[in-house]
Amino acid sequence: MADYVRQMPHHGSADLARRPSAAQRLHIDVPLLLLLLALTAYGLFVLYSASGQDFGAVVRQGRYYLVAYVVMLLGAQISLQRYARWAPWLYVAGVCVLVAVMLFGVGAKGAQRWLQIGGFRFQPSEIMKLVVPMAVACFLADRTLPPRFLYIAGSLGIVAVPAALILQQPDLGTALLIAASGLFVLFMAGIGWRYIFGAVVAAAASAWPAWMFVLQEYQKQRILTMLNPESDKLGAGWNIIQSKTAIGSGGWAGKGWLMGTQSQLDFLPESHTDFIIAVLAEEFGLRGVLTLLTLYALILWRGFVIGMHAQTSFGRMMAGSLTLTFFVYVFVNMGMVAGLLPVVGVPLPLVSAGGTALVTLMAGFGILMAVSTEKRMVVH
Amino acid sequence: MPQPIALKDPHRETRIYQARSWTAIVIVLVLLGVIVFRYYNLQITQYETYRTQSESNRVKLEPLPPKRGLIYDRNGVLLADNRASFTLSIIRERVRDLDGTLAALGKIIDLSDGELEKFQERLKRRRPYEAVPLHFKLTEAERARLAVDRYRMPGVVVEAQLLRHYPYGQLFSHALGYVGRINEREAQELDESNYRGTFHIGKVGVERYYEEVLHGKVGYQNVETDAHGRVLRVLERFAPTPGANLTLSLDINVQRAAYEALGNRRGAVVAIDPRDGGVLALVSTPGFDANLFVNGISSKDYSELRDSPDVPLFNRAVQGQYPPGSTIKPMMGMAGLMSGLITPDYTVPDPGWYRLPGDSHRYRDWILRIRGTGHAPRVDLNMAIEQSCDTYFYDLGHRMTIDRMHDLLAPFGFGERTGIDTTNERPGVLPSKRWKRLALNQPWYPGETISASIGQGYMLATPLQLADAVSIIAARGVRHVPRLLRAINGEPVPPTLLKPLVTEPAYWDAIDKGMVAVVNSAHGTAKNLSKGIQYQMAGKTGTAQVIGIAQGAVYNEDEVDERHRHHGLFIAFAPVEAPTIAVAIIVENGGGSSAATPIARRVIDTWLLGSSDFEVPDNG
Repeated sequence: MADYVRQMPHHGSADLARRPSAAQRLHIDVPLLLLLLALTAYGLFVLYSASGQDFGAVVRQGRYYLVAYVVMLLGAQISLQRYARWAPWLYVAGVCVLVAVMLFGVGAKGAQRWLQIGGFRFQPSEIMKLVVPMAVACFLADRTLPPRFLYIAGSLGIVAVPAALILQQPDLGTALLIAASGLFVLFMAGIGWRYIFGAVVAAAASAWPAWMFVLQEYQKQRILTMLNPESDKLGAGWNIIQSKTAIGSGGWAGKGWLMGTQSQLDFLPESHTDFIIAVLAEEFGLRGVLTLLTLYALILWRGFVIGMHAQTSFGRMMAGSLTLTFFVYVFVNMGMVAGLLPVVGVPLPLVSAGGTALVTLMAGFGILMAVSTEKRMVVH
Repeated sequence: MPQPIALKDPHRETRIYQARSWTAIVIVLVLLGVIVFRYYNLQITQYETYRTQSESNRVKLEPLPPKRGLIYDRNGVLLADNRASFTLSIIRERVRDLDGTLAALGKIIDLSDGELEKFQERLKRRRPYEAVPLHFKLTEAERARLAVDRYRMPGVVVEAQLLRHYPYGQLFSHALGYVGRINEREAQELDESNYRGTFHIGKVGVERYYEEVLHGKVGYQNVETDAHGRVLRVLERFAPTPGANLTLSLDINVQRAAYEALGNRRGAVVAIDPRDGGVLALVSTPGFDANLFVNGISSKDYSELRDSPDVPLFNRAVQGQYPPGSTIKPMMGMAGLMSGLITPDYTVPDPGWYRLPGDSHRYRDWILRIRGTGHAPRVDLNMAIEQSCDTYFYDLGHRMTIDRMHDLLAPFGFGERTGIDTTNERPGVLPSKRWKRLALNQPWYPGETISASIGQGYMLATPLQLADAVSIIAARGVRHVPRLLRAINGEPVPPTLLKPLVTEPAYWDAIDKGMVAVVNSAHGTAKNLSKGIQYQMAGKTGTAQVIGIAQGAVYNEDEVDERHRHHGLFIAFAPVEAPTIAVAIIVENGGGSSAATPIARRVIDTWLLGSSDFEVPDNG
């Protein structure tokens, strides 16, 4: 079908009749780009304070952003047809690499997550955050939607293999994110509510066996600490107690940039990575938090709009899944720092220091832009 | 791709997608609302609480590090304790002008460049508001001088700390190991929460092996402080659980006897109680003062230890791998008996050398050089052990073949770690065709079997492995994992039994008889040990070549460099009727076994009689 569209001459479509703008030719979604730039600026601003006023850290992060933006723009140039064609191969390659990690991977603190080739270390599970939803979307795109039971089962299989491989590394956080990104595709494909409710009931029923047999001691510890941070004041609870104090003491207006006592005096652990929102909340107050949330909400809105205007089911499902995954980052990170959710290593998207997650996220936005600037064929 | 019959309906799909999008948007908004509500709750509703908590961090959580467990010998003698020591530390967050403060402190007490450098390193890895140590072990006078001036230097604190102390310094350095300051790599691996407030961790030896038991569990207290960080009152307190006290099977008297008997020579002594595998002595000389390591050894002291040709940091008892030489012969004898290749009465002709069929090379017996002939026209097992006859074992080894030798010697613990409860143990080498193929990628040559049958060539064993093997002979096949630990908090730790070596009692009798003859008969290679002895000792001497000697050349002890002299070895157990001690001794470059034998007498005397007046000859 897709190839057929490409061959269609320039008639019958108002969009195509118009000369495409520069942004469109470069496959840039301008509102999304502006929102991302605003968020980047805000993030770097906070990072300078969170890193202990270390300008070097800001420059380093700036370089990561540069790479990430380039990746995003390159990602936007690739057509959706090509993504769909590559998806199965990327998926197979990704699973092979995950198996390689299991066999030859290197790691720290008992987790084997990286693959070392020469002096270069990378984390294949990161790439799978994009590949898994792509594979599921590609698998479903050619079927009639909503998918029938057989295809739902197939999609679940596609999600389960990499998720299981990552779970045994063990990396619960990433495994859940990847599973979620795949399931979001199914959700956006319109699977029946009875499946969704059935899954929720099954999940609730399997919670007990999971607790008894599947979860590692450190994961249980995290959940217990989340439920009662006071139980391990010097260990895991320390972070949450400190971050709650930082957030709470920010008040409405905040203590002012670089004035956060909790963060500047280094009470706050990992203040520039996973816990950066606490610095923001302390120094800019609830005002700053709401500003950030507004930016996130606008990005999410743009993502949903792009999905709703997408031309193909593949593009639609990708847009929906990427947007929802982005939301999961925001929700899990802000929830965990505020003591609502267990501490899993999820960064605050586009604000936390660090390169790997940033590049993946921006590559996701690149795909989103590819969806948004896809050639129009239907006049609405 | 074959399409299913059902047709895609783009309009329906779009409709469904839009419905799903709106559902998703609603869910997202609800969840964002939860986040907003949570932050509102923290930042507006509970603002006062958190502001008070954060302001000058008035309420402060302080870790209470547990007291490290003590270590005793089997008689209750304290081998490792904790002593109060005063440390000058700096809380970086409370210091305005760090360089100025350091300069001012430098006028009051002596601060070396090394100390300042280490301090800067620690400063980078500190936790917030942590007192970072600058200078350890303040003297009384220094403390007094500091007390006068300290009020002018905010952030400078003097803290009493419990520091590990080893009262016997060198004597137990290798047996106990030591603790040192936690380094970066260790900090990443340990349980952060349980080590808050703790700066030391076991680095090697028992201190490392039993780190978890010795460390204990951290406690904490919530304290209210004033703006200067002074504690006003304790709000709540959870006491730490101190680490467990360990009682080791080591006996300080036996340990000291071994250490003193080795004197200033390089060597190792391991003594094991064959009844339970308890290690009575584990000595490696030269040792070092373990106390040096507790607070970060100075680079001068460290390079001195590291660069010494005597490698004092090397634990010869468990890390040193030496050719066992003739000390392998009792085990070889047992291997021969068990294989059926020999009986106690079997004899071998001994011209003083041995020749492989079809080979002109003569494998010489050591006696040839002295007497110009063999031990006797025909030699049996008893004489072969008593007089350490090489020819007998050359013949046995050749007939046994290397792989069979490997399988029959393995139950004595050669070629693999004994599993003793300390660090850095090495496995030695028990050669086989497979081993040589894997390790050197070479085929096995028949001549190498000849060397192996008298414990030379590729065969290597640690002194601990030798002691363990003798202990198995002494216990007539009962095998234990050698253990340093005897009790935890006074609670005895049961010995770990291994699958025993089961064979004919007559075979054990034959080996015992040969080993008794080594010490007690007129021709025994260690006969001067029996002088004035009050119990029956069984033993076996050994000499390990350090350099190869060419065919026909003569080894002359006075002509070779001291470091190229033969290693002297001796293994023994006593009393023969009911053994309670098995020892293995090596004296590096001792020249021959006579350097090692008197040490055994001193060690066993001390264990059985309480003391020893046996003279150790000076020549060594």
